[in-house]
Amino acid sequence: MEKNHYSRTHLAFASFRRNRLGLFCLWALVILYGLAIFADFIAPYSYKDEDRDFSYCPPTAVEFLDHGHWVRPFVYHRTLTFDAMHRRVYVKDLTQKYPLHFLKEGRLFTVDAPGRFYLWGADARGRDLFSRIWYGARISLSIGLLGVAISFILGLLIGGIAGYYGGWVDSILMRLCEMFMMIPGFYLMLALRAAVPENFNSVQVYVSVVVILALIGWASLARIIRGMALSLRERDFVLAAKVLGVPDIVIIFKHILPQTISFSCATLMLTVSSYILAEAGLSVVGLGIQDPVPSWGNLLSDAMGIVPVIFAPWILLPGLFIFIAVMCFNVIGDALRDAFDPMFREAKQ
Amino acid sequence: MIKHVAQRLCSTILLLLAVSFFTFWLMHATPGNFFDSLRLNPQISQETVARYEKLYHLNDPLLVQYTHWIINILHGEWGYSFYYNVPVTHVLGSRLCNTFILSFTSLLLTWGAGIPLGIWAALRRNQWVDRILSVFSFAAFSTPGFFLAVLVLYAASRWGVLPLGGMHSPDYDDMSLVGKIRDTALHLVIPASVLSLSAMASLQRIMRGNMLGVLRQQYILAARAKGLPERVVIYRHALRNAFNPLVTLLGYEFAALLSGAALIEIVCSWPGLGSLLLTAVRAKDVYLVMSTTVLAGVLLIIGNVLADILLTWVDPRIRYGKKSL
Repeated sequence: MEKNHYSRTHLAFASFRRNRLGLFCLWALVILYGLAIFADFIAPYSYKDEDRDFSYCPPTAVEFLDHGHWVRPFVYHRTLTFDAMHRRVYVKDLTQKYPLHFLKEGRLFTVDAPGRFYLWGADARGRDLFSRIWYGARISLSIGLLGVAISFILGLLIGGIAGYYGGWVDSILMRLCEMFMMIPGFYLMLALRAAVPENFNSVQVYVSVVVILALIGWASLARIIRGMALSLRERDFVLAAKVLGVPDIVIIFKHILPQTISFSCATLMLTVSSYILAEAGLSVVGLGIQDPVPSWGNLLSDAMGIVPVIFAPWILLPGLFIFIAVMCFNVIGDALRDAFDPMFREAKQ
Repeated sequence: MIKHVAQRLCSTILLLLAVSFFTFWLMHATPGNFFDSLRLNPQISQETVARYEKLYHLNDPLLVQYTHWIINILHGEWGYSFYYNVPVTHVLGSRLCNTFILSFTSLLLTWGAGIPLGIWAALRRNQWVDRILSVFSFAAFSTPGFFLAVLVLYAASRWGVLPLGGMHSPDYDDMSLVGKIRDTALHLVIPASVLSLSAMASLQRIMRGNMLGVLRQQYILAARAKGLPERVVIYRHALRNAFNPLVTLLGYEFAALLSGAALIEIVCSWPGLGSLLLTAVRAKDVYLVMSTTVLAGVLLIIGNVLADILLTWVDPRIRYGKKSL
């Protein structure tokens, strides 16, 4: 097809490209996803590598100076003692030094075996928080995308069919949506979770969390798409297709749904962020991803009690990453909405 | 109007039935039924088990069980909580009340602060107030509520000004009425403010958007051209129109509040519906899960219907029943 003007989607993305904050957040997300993908390389330890002698070990300082001389970066060994208040404290053992090795054994940086290097501190079982955050990022960041993909497909199908046919099909499908929207999200999530057998392995739990998330959000997406489909079906090109004898199913998939996809971009981004939050919420109460496998949510479940937080405030760090990821998706969603906005108005008229 | 409300109620009752059946089916689709552990529990006598088997028709097909459950509910018999060892209604009543206190307080906070802030931001569009508010809104909107609650609890534990979680102090029972109210209010500060923060942020954004939209309208220009004072233009002409779409939001807001409240209740150990549901889900306490879920659905519907009624009151142009839509 020949084009002598830019399409709406093209114009919208051109306008998005001028939004500096949106672009910044896009890059931040690209970096986060990149770090998650390369977690095996970036993390010095595996996510289940634990050392109970270093329970709640504070972040390790990297030393560059040895007796006033610059040397290659190293860390001191640390030993556990108790202070006058019988609290755990880790003291530097100045006699034992472990140099940092870079690009060794397929890891970005690591120290030799008896030494432990906790860049961002350790959790209750002496597992490296830095490593666990990046392994957790794999779960937390992918779960939102997968959930949204499923919700979006459901929403497109059901919303498209409801909006295109209207009448009783529409009212039945919309009642179905309302059924899902009627239970507050978190309650629905818990009720759905109650139906998941307890003996699931980690992959099965992951899949079930994705499905649960997809089930809570598809209804509102379907309603939005139905609204668009309702107005699109009155347009001339749909009439033209009908007159030409194009089957309904082809009209829905080739003429109506592609138009709604670009408009629902913004909503999709906001849905991803709400799913990331929902997964965190589910995992934080111990009903999401189960322990040895980390997700940002279940990393925080330790921090739900106030006592560990007072003694080891670094266990709050995963919360910061949830915040960053959610914020980025929200900003991008907002920027996309702004970018599509003039066309929205035009489409409504 | 009455006809409209009646229609809505009828359709929502049908929906409620569907929702409850769905939950019922979910709870029974799982292996490891609660009744199996009930039979094995030495604390519960075989007579009790037999009584409940008869009462809930446990050996009948699912649909029959469900019908009996509904009939029992209509008789005020909501089932038995096997975790708490009391009828469900005994637990639900006080929990419902507590959730209501929390949600209502934060609803007041949200609307009390969100609307004026939204108006303020709209009137000072692109000035520093607006920018600070929009940064703040984005941040508040993106912070997980439970995480914020932990941060605030952590800060409170440092400064020791507010009680850390729970709803009452240990010596609550010995207090005077005023003391009791004061004590509960103090316990309410952290959960209610954390809960309302993100809702407030989104409400502020929406109000700002609506207000800006209305201020561009011709009738505002006309009002200004007439020489009306700016105060009258904004608060009598613009505000009422900008406010209308928000009333429909109120119903949904309520749902979000309930959802958000659940996690914050859990973190702040506020004895509400959300933390009850969590306990029930963990213990696979069938009737408690079902009753809580259905009750949350009912609350949501009540919120929506109230919002509908409120909308006709706020916006006289809307008349249900007449075919104007």
